[in-house]
Amino acid sequence: MDEIRFNTPHEKGKIDSLASDILKNVRINASFLLWMGFLFTLLAACLFAYTIQLRKGLGVTGLRDFTSWGMYIANFVFFVATSLCGMLISSVLGLIGYNWVKPISRIAEIIAIAFAAVAGLVIISDMGRPDRLPYVFLFGRVQSPILWDVTVVTTYFVLSMLLWFFPMIPDLAIAKDRLQGRPKFLIKAYELLSFRWMHHEVQYRILGQAVRILLILIIPTAFAIHTVTSWLFAVTPRTGWDSTIFGPYFISGAFVSGAAAVIIAMYFFRVNYKLEKYLNARVFERMGRVMVLVAIVYLYFNLNEFLVPAYKLKAGDAIHLRELFTGHHAMLFWGIQLFGLVIPIVLLLFRQMRKPVPMMIISLLVLCASWFKRYIIVVPPQAHPNLPIQNVPVEWAVYSPTLIEAAVTVASIVLVLIIITILSKLFPVIPIWEMAEEKEDAERIIQ
Amino acid sequence: MFSDKKEEGNRGNDLDRAIENSRRDFLRKLTLAGAVTVTGGAAIYSGHRFEKAKHREGYVKVLTEDNRLVEIPVEQMRDFKPDLKMLQSRGREGIAGKRWVMVIDLSKCRNARKCVEACQSAHHLRPYEYHINTLVMQESVNTPAFFMPKPCQHCDNPPCVSVCPVDATFKRQDGIVLIDNERCIGCRFCMAACPYSARIFHWQEPSKHEEDGGKEYDVELNVPQKKGTISKCLFSADRLREGMLPYCVSACPNGVFYFGDENEDAVTNGTTKETVRLSELLEKNGGYRLMPELGTKPRVYYLPPKNRIFEFEQGEKKEYKEEKA
Repeated sequence: MDEIRFNTPHEKGKIDSLASDILKNVRINASFLLWMGFLFTLLAACLFAYTIQLRKGLGVTGLRDFTSWGMYIANFVFFVATSLCGMLISSVLGLIGYNWVKPISRIAEIIAIAFAAVAGLVIISDMGRPDRLPYVFLFGRVQSPILWDVTVVTTYFVLSMLLWFFPMIPDLAIAKDRLQGRPKFLIKAYELLSFRWMHHEVQYRILGQAVRILLILIIPTAFAIHTVTSWLFAVTPRTGWDSTIFGPYFISGAFVSGAAAVIIAMYFFRVNYKLEKYLNARVFERMGRVMVLVAIVYLYFNLNEFLVPAYKLKAGDAIHLRELFTGHHAMLFWGIQLFGLVIPIVLLLFRQMRKPVPMMIISLLVLCASWFKRYIIVVPPQAHPNLPIQNVPVEWAVYSPTLIEAAVTVASIVLVLIIITILSKLFPVIPIWEMAEEKEDAERIIQ
Repeated sequence: MFSDKKEEGNRGNDLDRAIENSRRDFLRKLTLAGAVTVTGGAAIYSGHRFEKAKHREGYVKVLTEDNRLVEIPVEQMRDFKPDLKMLQSRGREGIAGKRWVMVIDLSKCRNARKCVEACQSAHHLRPYEYHINTLVMQESVNTPAFFMPKPCQHCDNPPCVSVCPVDATFKRQDGIVLIDNERCIGCRFCMAACPYSARIFHWQEPSKHEEDGGKEYDVELNVPQKKGTISKCLFSADRLREGMLPYCVSACPNGVFYFGDENEDAVTNGTTKETVRLSELLEKNGGYRLMPELGTKPRVYYLPPKNRIFEFEQGEKKEYKEEKA
């Protein structure tokens, strides 16, 4: 008894129509090459800035003895945060049984892979001695949260890769015969990576089990990566970092920036890849609701993080919070809270705002605010150490990032875009077989 | 005026005591000298005979590590220079049986900054790079300002050591927290964790990197300093190994620093060379440690800035300019 899925003419027709919609974007065309050319040129320019840093040392950055973690670390935290979207969409929402996440689950995984991979590189750019990176593995000490971070970020990256790849195997099998006119290496790669998939029921059952295990495994891993990242700060006795709620505070913030990144990508693929049929108004509407939910949770943690110490005003907290509320960082702080949290929450409560275009604009705002929020978390607590800053060059007291730092940070963002572009241009960005199944279910219910 | 008189009085007492001491000393030395002459003379004579009988031209006697007396040709003699491996292994172990401790008497600090200069010249640092810095402190508006020399506190529960991912910074058995800049990856997690801002980072090439180029790295001196790594106060571990007081302690002209061994309960003042009981010194003067609420358990104690016999003069504020390498 051979149970092959998708073997009735009706199902085959559905696969055909889905495959032609989704696979039409899998090609190497002029605009793809142009875009990649642009990205690589920008990357090269920015990496030149990094070579200056390598040659002259971290002194070319605005970092000094007092604020010794700056833009790089803030960017790292932002990357790890945003990469959490993979877990949020596929695992949390998927396991609950929301079928509307199916068309965006692969997009979320791609974003997770890109941000998690580059996060590791960002950390290297912050190292004074990047040549000694192997020491972390040779002489690593388990007491150090850095070791935990390295371990869980790598694990999360691998799990995300598997979660992206496993459900794609049937798609590759479906696609490999439908790639006429594409470069030979691509067809070859599809053949190789589809592992002679037969669409057999047993295969689907094993795949389903494997994916389910991964979906469950990735939840604690994702919680671990961002909790540990928050502990890089929370384990120090420094005012502003010395907080017991840093773990959940970071996680809830990560869901906000992750959801924003997914919405932006959804809009881009909807318009550029002409996938309105799949990334439809309903999916946006639902993502809008998710955004409101995660943003409210984050707002709640913000309230705890700032209001409680502000009530007590312990010596160190008083200085730190004055800087944030009315001092040097006040504009940035209130800007982030307003435009990155309060206004998006209010706007997204209205149905009209949960349409693709307004959602995309709001998400851009949220994502930018998320980046600056990490900056506000990392930088200001270092500016006012317990003992006064004295007898050093005056400019050491205040951190201001340099052009080189900005360029290296841009390089990391460009690298993320390169990875996202490659993964979404050379492989189907929407799961074909899962969509076919979902349609089937829907039709069965209607009949 | 009052304080001057008091000082003179003290000096008079000291003189009496000194005369008394020297009389006693003289008698003791006389007896000792007699004994030494007799036994020493006998030893030298027998040694001379032994040497005469045994001495071979062009050879020298050497005691090996496993306590064997051997002879080697003079031309094969080399000065012993500890290599990196040895420097590092003994630098990580520390000096057995010791628990180094520092006491800083704030009532005596006049911001001479000699400690800072001695330290910077020993460790090849720029004028604004500090292992020890003298800070102007004021606890609250109604309490007077005072100067506070601030080295690394060499905590017994050091947050910097806990967070280091590669064991580059470590706690030795004698209580010193050191940094191995051959190991440091420059992540600066230790700087973030240190509540006393005790650590510095080499953001560019260190000041004497050219002349230090070929030198073997001594982890107990942290020279040569290296770009992209952490540097910090070492309690002058290299001087302690030679039985000397730390650079800052002996450089102070005002008797601010006491340094010694907690196990012996004795600390020596770097200026007067007077040795006192640690417990007594702390008890009588109300010794305290910085930020005890953090639980870091520093090995540096402070004596409060009371009964100061000089005016607090901040002097001219010096401007520091960053040197570009």
